[in-house]
Amino acid sequence: MSNVSLVLNGRSVSAEVEDRTLLVHFIRENQGLTGTHVGCDTSQCGACVVHVDGKAVKSCSMLAVQASGSEVVTIEGLSDGADLHPVQAAFREHHGLQCGFCTPGMIMAATDMIRRHPEGLDEKTVRAELEGNICRCTGYHNIVKAILAASEAMAKGGKGAAKAA
Amino acid sequence: MGIEGIGARVARKEDKRFITGSGRYVDDMVVPGMKHAVFVRSPHAHAEILSIDVSAAKKMPGVIDVLTGKQLKADGIGNLICGWMIHSKDGTPMKMGAWSPLAVDKVRYVGDAVVVVVADTKGQARDAAEAVSVEYRELPSVIQAVDALKAGAPQIHAEADNNLIFDWEIGDAKAADEAVKAAAHVTKIRIVNNRLVPNAMEPRAALGHYDRGDDHTTCWTTSQNPHVARLVMSAFYNVAPENKLRVIAPDVGGGFGSKIYIYPEEVVCCWASKKTGVPVKWVADRTESFLSDAHGRDHVSEVEMAFDKDNRIIGLKVDTIANLGAYMSLFSSCVPTYLYATLLSGQYNIPAIHANVRTVYTNTAPVDAYRGAGRPEATYLLERTMEVAARELGVSPAELRRKNFITQFPHQTPVIMNYDAGDYAASLDAAMKAADYAGFPARRDSAGAKGMLRGIGMSCYIEACGIAPSAAVGSLGAGVGLWESAEVRVNAVGTIEVLTGSHSHGQGHETTFAQLVNSRFGLPIDQVSIVHGDTDKVQMGMGTYGSRSGAVGMSAIVKALDKVEAKAKKIAAHLLEADEGDIVIEDGTLKVAGTDKNVPWFQMALAAYTAHNLPSGMEPGLKETAFYDPSNFTFPAGCYICEVEIDPDTGITEIVQFVAADDFGNIINPMIVEGQVHGGIAQGIGQALLEGAVYDDTGQLLTASYMDYTMPRASDLPSFQVSTSNTPCPGNPLGMKGCGEAGAIGSPPAVINAITDALGLRDIAMPASPQTVWKAANSAKH
Repeated sequence: MSNVSLVLNGRSVSAEVEDRTLLVHFIRENQGLTGTHVGCDTSQCGACVVHVDGKAVKSCSMLAVQASGSEVVTIEGLSDGADLHPVQAAFREHHGLQCGFCTPGMIMAATDMIRRHPEGLDEKTVRAELEGNICRCTGYHNIVKAILAASEAMAKGGKGAAKAA
Repeated sequence: MGIEGIGARVARKEDKRFITGSGRYVDDMVVPGMKHAVFVRSPHAHAEILSIDVSAAKKMPGVIDVLTGKQLKADGIGNLICGWMIHSKDGTPMKMGAWSPLAVDKVRYVGDAVVVVVADTKGQARDAAEAVSVEYRELPSVIQAVDALKAGAPQIHAEADNNLIFDWEIGDAKAADEAVKAAAHVTKIRIVNNRLVPNAMEPRAALGHYDRGDDHTTCWTTSQNPHVARLVMSAFYNVAPENKLRVIAPDVGGGFGSKIYIYPEEVVCCWASKKTGVPVKWVADRTESFLSDAHGRDHVSEVEMAFDKDNRIIGLKVDTIANLGAYMSLFSSCVPTYLYATLLSGQYNIPAIHANVRTVYTNTAPVDAYRGAGRPEATYLLERTMEVAARELGVSPAELRRKNFITQFPHQTPVIMNYDAGDYAASLDAAMKAADYAGFPARRDSAGAKGMLRGIGMSCYIEACGIAPSAAVGSLGAGVGLWESAEVRVNAVGTIEVLTGSHSHGQGHETTFAQLVNSRFGLPIDQVSIVHGDTDKVQMGMGTYGSRSGAVGMSAIVKALDKVEAKAKKIAAHLLEADEGDIVIEDGTLKVAGTDKNVPWFQMALAAYTAHNLPSGMEPGLKETAFYDPSNFTFPAGCYICEVEIDPDTGITEIVQFVAADDFGNIINPMIVEGQVHGGIAQGIGQALLEGAVYDDTGQLLTASYMDYTMPRASDLPSFQVSTSNTPCPGNPLGMKGCGEAGAIGSPPAVINAITDALGLRDIAMPASPQTVWKAANSAKH
């Protein structure tokens, strides 16, 4: 057993877990935050993307103990209260989701993508950067649209610019 | 249409929970005392089970129990069935081999479930599954349907000689033969439709919870049709009587057909819960999904299309072999028959058609409906054949199609279907205009100047949605009716709950169904809740597949709303001392037409429930139920055009533009409809360029993970240009046709027609991967 202590969505949490526990299982099963999803066993689908110390990480690809001491943000912690994060708002406005299963990972990956491209994004870059996130419903058309729109909205008005549609 | 009514591009109500991580899928469900199941599956494609030793596994840490097929059978759990009876042309019924939820004597494909381990944690269950010892005697296996029919092929089920399930035909063989003999030109081609894995992003899952005190079982399952699951598990699998079995399909992460069927795992989880006394949850790994979800397609067909001297089609002959895998899945038999061969007239006037279909067992995963289900196979066959014919005849592919279009409606085809409405030329014109078809030669030349090969291809598809009516499908062998139910509950404060037998797993019903209510009564969609997916809440319903939730599910809601409206008007007329014929409902108010007398909707509702002042003899309350059985299928149709650029040095195909012009009849929410088309096209392009389930000769699935099976990524796809030109469907009250499958049906032939155009080839195998295209491009050169 190993001790895992980390800051999860701004709250300090600590637990004893089996050594082999993956971060995604720590989040889902130990902490009961089920917004982070598991869609594959080979780290391809990206449904489990969270932010670890500000960077997008597939939470199935690291052990919970490796994240000990880190700050972890999941989809549940991306926005506070009633306001949506601009990326969440853009996914809704542009119909960037259907069944919703890949959506948390998509949004967490997109948020990180926008952060890494302060110069702005174009369609080709967005499509290339979505390599690690699979969606079966949308054909990506509206996901790409939503990310481009969110990127623009955030460049114009800072993080809080776009509110819920 | 109003800002939230029919036709409005309303953002989805359900999105809030999905974008904030508040969706609730089966794997998110936790029940006190819940334990975890892991299945031991066959590593062999075909083998006898000689012995099973679970003693070591039972001693592993955390293990509650380890259960086998023999125990399952001893408890009376039934075999899984196919619910659509097909008779061979000699009159004999289809040969359904026994499918035990846990294999007893024999395994028939890699992934066949043999033993279930229940333990405190999934990790412990997995560890214990490793300790289960199953002794097998391997048998020869057969993977390809064509091989399974050969003399001396391994016999998979004792019930089916030579692995033939049925040998079925439709149409007039003599007339089709005569047309071929009399033809000025016959195009002959072999058409192969590759096997696909549906791959909803949420893996299948089940949670069975037997309550000893109530002798009642609750099953949470990733289902597109929870009521059908309850009916089948109760009536055929002996899980529990219907009144003691509640099936809940909460948020479901995509289905595409693969979650229609009742699989071994949900049956076993319910049984294991009763057996062990603990709630039992199973969630598939992705590789487990690849191995055990029902696959799609896998047809091989020989085609002859006959033309007269004016290039009019005079006949079509088709001989198809369909691979149904190791067992007959729930609706597997209707896919290569009534959902396929009945669409072989396409958009064309073809006076004589004959199709023969043989379905075959192989040592592969069961095959059943996957997005489009039979109609993609029919469309691919026809539209590839039309393209090849146009090239052989030296005429424009567009004009050959146009010349043969059906233009008068209703139109009776020689293969059952009666098309009710359509305008195929309108879709063709719209697509050609949007694609700048006329400008293609110039684009091809400029691509050629850069050393690139550019091609263009089209596909004019028709499909049939809202499979019905119940009496007709019953006469064709269906074991169920294909109606839908709805219940509309107006609460005492006027808010509304619509309980529907349809199930949403991405389609946005919570929004579109509320838009319908908004259009009828003017209530904001926020005051309308859609309830689905729970057999304890919603009366019997048939679920969502075959693009039926609009045309059938919403029609049932319309019927219930009609009844609510009639009673509401009676109450309002009584309150306003007016004639009920003078009452109109506008913007949430019941008004006496032409006066300023009115009563707000909520006051009318309150009056219904206080019952202090109702018309004499009227029952209190305001809640109505309806069942709707359609009079016919609906017939969405359209034209897709794909333009590709191929790099002959790498074999990489880039889709430089993809245009879709669809006729879906009336549309509730264009944004959602476009989303359905985008997703369908992506799956169709996936089939054409990237996806294929590959078994090796020994029946091992080589493409059993996302490292091996090429799912379309964002960078594989373009943005799509979609549009609609709609002819309302005359067969249902909203004039809707359905849009869920069109993209997957229409797109594969458009892509392959474009690639073969670019390469100057007659045909190329799907998926046209870079390797396949490179080989073709370079062998064509030399």
